[in-house]
Amino acid sequence: MNVFDIIGPIMVGPSSSHTAGAVKIGYLSNKLMGEKIKTARIYLHGSFLTTGKGHGTDKAIVAGLLGMKPDDDRIPESFKWAQKEGMAFCFEGIELRDAHPNSVKLNLTGVSGRELEILASSVGGGNIKIFQIDGLDANFGGDFPTLIVHNLDQPGLVTKVAAMLSQKSINIATMQLYRSKRGGDAVMVLECDQEISSESIKWLEQLDGIRKVTYLSLEESA
Amino acid sequence: MSFKSFNEIMDRIKTSNKPFWEVILEEDISESQMTRDEALTKMSRLHLAMKAADDNYDKQLKSSSQLVGGDGEKIALAVKNKAMLCGDFIGTVMEKAIKMGESNACMKRIVAAPTAGSCGVIPAVLLTYQEQNEIEETKIIEALFVAAGIGEVIAHRAFIAGATGGCQAEIGSASAMAAGAVVYLKNGDGDCIIHAAALALKSLLGLVCDPVAGLVEVPCVKRNVIGAVNALTSADMALAGIRSQIPPDEVIDAMRLIGNAMPVSLKETSEGGLAITPTGLLIAKRLKN
Repeated sequence: MNVFDIIGPIMVGPSSSHTAGAVKIGYLSNKLMGEKIKTARIYLHGSFLTTGKGHGTDKAIVAGLLGMKPDDDRIPESFKWAQKEGMAFCFEGIELRDAHPNSVKLNLTGVSGRELEILASSVGGGNIKIFQIDGLDANFGGDFPTLIVHNLDQPGLVTKVAAMLSQKSINIATMQLYRSKRGGDAVMVLECDQEISSESIKWLEQLDGIRKVTYLSLEESA
Repeated sequence: MSFKSFNEIMDRIKTSNKPFWEVILEEDISESQMTRDEALTKMSRLHLAMKAADDNYDKQLKSSSQLVGGDGEKIALAVKNKAMLCGDFIGTVMEKAIKMGESNACMKRIVAAPTAGSCGVIPAVLLTYQEQNEIEETKIIEALFVAAGIGEVIAHRAFIAGATGGCQAEIGSASAMAAGAVVYLKNGDGDCIIHAAALALKSLLGLVCDPVAGLVEVPCVKRNVIGAVNALTSADMALAGIRSQIPPDEVIDAMRLIGNAMPVSLKETSEGGLAITPTGLLIAKRLKN
């Protein structure tokens, strides 16, 4: 725990888990999309569904998807802002298996047609965990620049990604590997200490065996 | 790594000959890679945000459930009319605590300290003390590091979330943090700080989290008042030389055990306590429709 996990964050109320955490899930999803979101189907689970409305969880997620941060005072009016910015959204209830009570599934489409499915939980104190991306497991909180590579489960790809990072002097903080089955779809999630350039991301995208690269940049302007 | 006990902090104060707040700051930046100036600036921003939230209180606002809003103004009027049994100082502390809690419920910008539900306690104590005494800005920032250090130890040994430890973990922790911080403003030493925190926490042990309709409104907003006032009485006791007979670290451990023994129905699930009173249930039903 850091001093500023105890005092802070600056946030729009009323709940760090149901409001600030919900904004953060939306915000990180927006960053992961890497482009403006055109449509968002939002499926609320558990306590997000039952007490979400009173906590403004719905407004919070939409605000985040628009790129707002947890301290943005436009959050209460996020539905209006969505209309202004041309983002369509709808809410439904869902029962996610074995998920944290404060969880949401997001099905997003970007302006270019890019699609992204994210399952995330707000785990307390405004902290969140993204636990699935495009149907494959993941486990990260969005506190580091994070590289998510979907690939075919074949030898050598992890080495290629790691070598690229090493060449760019990017240090890996944590690394996770998941796969659906041997030789099937696989995902690697790498939390890094430094930002990765868009050229490097593009280079990864054209590698053989790579299906999709998603990158969470924490840089403000990105 | 941050400190795991008050004893560790006290040892560090002795070996380094540095004050409580500086020991906390230095330990934190060694982990976070922030510079000392960045950390001080960030804390100063949090202080300004607390001030702004207090200044921006809107007495007209009601929460979306309509349960909360306008009560801070009632206390403000009573203070103005010199009608408070508790006097001006505590009256203003109460006023700020309720106002902040209400602003939070009305989706205004606040500073979680340590949580959003308990966001009124620390600013109520520190901002009021700052307004009514000549306190330099830097000293308030230092006091916030004292508060954060206390919170870190509590978070490590026990918890600071209602869902895991009940309200004692939120309002209780905030109260302990505020007590230690205000002791620092009154020039109390490290021993006095940790005992003020322990005395504050002890008085709120066992407090359950039973929010009506699951909202951070009833009883959360008004519990900020007891957290803030309890911080002041605890600080005064410690400054007068009273010490907790149970060592501060052990008090926190007791809170953990109590929180673990607390039924889930009393940990933010709204399945017990005030939430399931006939009126509590009626409110929940009304909001569902």
